[in-house]
Amino acid sequence: MEAIQELLGPAWTPVWTLAKIIAIVLPLLIAVAYLTYAERKIIGYMQVRIGPNRVGFFGFRLVGLGQPIADAVKLMTKEIVIPTGANKTLFLTAPVLAMAPALAAWAVIPFTDEMVLANIDASLLYIMAITSMGVYGVIVAGWASNSKYALLGALRSAAQIVSYEIAMGFALVGVLLAAQSLNLVDIVRGQEGGFWHWYWLPLFPLFLVYLISGVAETNRAPFDVAEGESEIVAGFHVDYSGMAFAVFFLAEYTNMILIAALTSLMFLGGWLSPVPFLPDGFGWLAAKMSFILFLFLWFRATFPRYRYDQIMRLGWKVFIPVTLVWLLVMAGFMQTPWGDLFH
Amino acid sequence: MLARIKQFIDTFLLTELLRGMALTGRYLFGRKFTVQYPDEKTPQSPRFRGLHAQRRYANGEERCIACKLCEAVCPAMAIQIESAQREDGTRRTTRYDIDLTKCIFCGFCEEACPVDAIVETRIFEYHGEKRGDLYYTKEMLLAVGDKYEEQIARDKAADAKYR
Repeated sequence: MEAIQELLGPAWTPVWTLAKIIAIVLPLLIAVAYLTYAERKIIGYMQVRIGPNRVGFFGFRLVGLGQPIADAVKLMTKEIVIPTGANKTLFLTAPVLAMAPALAAWAVIPFTDEMVLANIDASLLYIMAITSMGVYGVIVAGWASNSKYALLGALRSAAQIVSYEIAMGFALVGVLLAAQSLNLVDIVRGQEGGFWHWYWLPLFPLFLVYLISGVAETNRAPFDVAEGESEIVAGFHVDYSGMAFAVFFLAEYTNMILIAALTSLMFLGGWLSPVPFLPDGFGWLAAKMSFILFLFLWFRATFPRYRYDQIMRLGWKVFIPVTLVWLLVMAGFMQTPWGDLFH
Repeated sequence: MLARIKQFIDTFLLTELLRGMALTGRYLFGRKFTVQYPDEKTPQSPRFRGLHAQRRYANGEERCIACKLCEAVCPAMAIQIESAQREDGTRRTTRYDIDLTKCIFCGFCEEACPVDAIVETRIFEYHGEKRGDLYYTKEMLLAVGDKYEEQIARDKAADAKYR
């Protein structure tokens, strides 16, 4: 390692950073691919079906594990149709605008104490800022397609994401109060001491609000009115095909994994072990993320789609008041001798 | 009042959502009903209405007497028949075509036939590779009948007591 470092000289830092970025993005994309497989399999099982079980490797079926690879190849070889009335530049920029923030947010996600690409002080602020950018991809896609369904889907999605971002932000304020830090590594360190010291317990209402807002933020069922395949066909990405569509798909699933990672870090103790006799490590974070992702799929298999006004009511009239009240309770308690309850 | 308080608590504890998730959670481990088609097949009724066939009597004489009842009853107008007198004085078809792309597999032709000549078999796994492949002529229908006569006779016998 040091020999290569000397050989490259000043070029070492960018090369090493690039290597780290690839080490994050590549497993992430593979995780996205297999998340789609897990989704089809789990939802299939909950609907008393089997789900994909044919495509395997080298003539073995392997319960359909080759399915995501086959899907990827299919999408890559498909034609990207650009509608006549579409704004070509924006039409092709939109998927990039959706995908870039979803990937950029991973720069500050700590996988363990040391394993983090950029351990910046205000990493939580960075995440809030970057993930808010994702909505531009949706709006631009809906507008550039020059189709009424796409535009309706984009409008719905934009309004929904903006509303739930507020509730989500307030839920994070609770975490900040408890951890006294904006840095994700510090937030996780503040939860040391086992299962009952994680923030999900003192911040339980905020945990629920954050989880549900997370589902709404990623436009997943039961908040998927932006896609609404049974009413506005597919929402903002009706006119997208081939790889351009696949990039939107990747962005949605990357965001899901991101929300799962953030929930695990801020409320479920990240890489910390739930019991004192087992060592901490990345495995715990992966397990917690898998659990949250399973919940996402479970929600989708269980709940019917919300009506649009109900979504707005839930966001503005329930979540925001609930988070505000709980923040007030927390902040008040922290001024009393019992403030330790929230640390 | 008490009911309203209960509803308020239920709403905030998400009890209804959890009950729903418990239900789907149970089904996650339930037995799956999927029939994995090419490997497994569902049982068929002897009345199954699949590909058509023209039958013959045991002596090799074709059953169809060109009465054209099937042509008349066919709601999709998928059947075309032309007839002529044979040398021995009997009336036979010179043309008996079924356009399977028009056919709706209602089974009326089978019901209308006074001599059990036109029948629908259990065959459903067939295909055409180009336009016109699914236009079945008399020779093709007779060939299907000759090939599956045993099965057809058994199905007819199984259903006979209900008519």
